Amino acid sequence: MRHFLDFEKPIAELEGKIDELRRMSEPEGLNIEDEVSKLTEKADRQLRATYAKLTPWQKTQVARHPDRPKALAYIAGLITDYIPLAGDRAFADDAAVQGGLGRFRGRSVVVIGTERGNDTETRVAHNFGMARPEGYRKARRLIELAGRFGLPILTFVDTAGAFPGVDAEARGQAEAIARSIEACIDAPVPLIAAIIGEGGSGGAIALAAGDAVLMLEHAIYSVISPEGCASILWRDAAQASAAAEALHLTAEDLHRLHLVDQVIAEPIGGAHRDPEAAIQAVGEAVQAALEPLLGVEGPALKARRRERFLQMTREPIG
Amino acid sequence: MNWLTEYVRPKIRTLFTRRDVPDNLWQQCPNCQQMIFHTDLEKNLRVCPHCGHHMRATVTDRLGWTLDEGYTRIELPKAPADPLKFRDSKRYIDRLKEAREATGLEDAIVVAHGTIEQRPAVVAAMAFEFMGGSMGAAVGEALIAAAQLAVLQDAPLIVFTASGGARMQEGTISLMQMPRTIIASQIVKEAGLPFIVVLTDPTTGGTTASFAMLGDVQIAEPGALIGFAGARVIEQTVREKLPDEFQRAEYLLEHGVLDMVVKRSEMKAMLARLVALLREKEPA
Ligand SMILES: [Zn+2]
Repeated sequence: MRHFLDFEKPIAELEGKIDELRRMSEPEGLNIEDEVSKLTEKADRQLRATYAKLTPWQKTQVARHPDRPKALAYIAGLITDYIPLAGDRAFADDAAVQGGLGRFRGRSVVVIGTERGNDTETRVAHNFGMARPEGYRKARRLIELAGRFGLPILTFVDTAGAFPGVDAEARGQAEAIARSIEACIDAPVPLIAAIIGEGGSGGAIALAAGDAVLMLEHAIYSVISPEGCASILWRDAAQASAAAEALHLTAEDLHRLHLVDQVIAEPIGGAHRDPEAAIQAVGEAVQAALEPLLGVEGPALKARRRERFLQMTREPIG
Repeated sequence: MNWLTEYVRPKIRTLFTRRDVPDNLWQQCPNCQQMIFHTDLEKNLRVCPHCGHHMRATVTDRLGWTLDEGYTRIELPKAPADPLKFRDSKRYIDRLKEAREATGLEDAIVVAHGTIEQRPAVVAAMAFEFMGGSMGAAVGEALIAAAQLAVLQDAPLIVFTASGGARMQEGTISLMQMPRTIIASQIVKEAGLPFIVVLTDPTTGGTTASFAMLGDVQIAEPGALIGFAGARVIEQTVREKLPDEFQRAEYLLEHGVLDMVVKRSEMKAMLARLVALLREKEPA
């Protein structure tokens, strides 16, 4: 079953009508092609119009859409010969962070993603993509492994944020995130980060302090969720839409602010309408970002990455 | 040329620090509820003489308690103000203005250089009184400046944290201060200089999850609240009341996150000893 978002209702109704027409006409052998194509065209126009001017809050919902391809779908679609690696070597394996070795367009890479699952069972299994310290320690271990063997690192970020739990705090959530960011900064190999859904705060930057940060058109990237921001600053979680607006969390805004290097266009109607096309678009963008970095020596790469972050947020933005 | 040549000069204002006389000469300890005469409290470094509770301190107090007399506060590099034109019930630019007027500070941090028991040191202190000590571009920029100053002066960098986390009004710009302040800590470490973090009440969120967890030595004041996620968020997630000691300095020490919990009255001496042991390696 397809999930429709609130603002997609008119499109859902049109598509429902088309389905119904088709169903009714089949046994009767009626010629309804004209009617169907008219309706399809209308639905298509509606979809384009809606998705051309999504508000930041609508984009937040699209970014969290249950049918949107998740990190493991990107790994499956873009990485061949994938060998998942597990564990932080200290406490546990964290299923919220997935990663391992594989090939991206023939080249050996380390791939890491935050996986939030796409049905109740997988969501629970991956803790809704919210990692504990062992997840960030696993990420750090994989980043260091990549460095040791000179393998580029690709990350797929999609998380509401680090898991807020007693156990996570007791095992040093803050330290684990800080070390994971530091591992990104120190990697002597290219690190390309793709924000594919929700880039939630510290849990996102833990995997995204790279040489290039790519962002899907309807993904979001923020220091706090719109709901969290609204409940603190507006004292009303229902103001999430206003908070989403104020936070400038869309790919377009972040690109304009020079915090994101490239916005990757999504299929009409969002990545969830055509996951395969979205995955391939991300693959193309990753390849384009990776290519110029491949010949750069480790120390030069690190120096460049450090300078990039030192300069970031320094200049007033026009 | 850069901020170092341009801005490293004493802030005249701080040479004549005015000491606010409290309207109320008595202050109540938030822990034991005892009333304390304010001069007694100041003399006791704002530690309750009855129960030992460490009250929050201003950055001026902090610098005075840590550095020898005659230290110099530096002018901080400028950061873009209100890059998002953020507005909730109030405009961020107005909140900034109010915080500046109320505290006399430019942003939620001060940086000074001087000596600690005659040994050179750069000290950065976060100001919780300035928008909850939240970390935006100005704080990030100040910590990078502090790191560069430490290298220039061949001095350790000691950071006193007091921060509710990232500054929401700067959106993803504030998030980017996490990698940026981590780079600041690396600049100090790569120069072979000690980077010491003193976590004070409260230190949470993005501040904790960046430079504040990467000290060569991690110290906290007694009873300080230190964590990543806020207690309320955790309570909503796990649906149970959290114990009092959760996320307190002593809890973190027990869980291996800190090297030590040090009383305010012993902090300066401890910092001096640590710096001496790390840097004066040959027998005297
Ligand atoms: Zn007391």
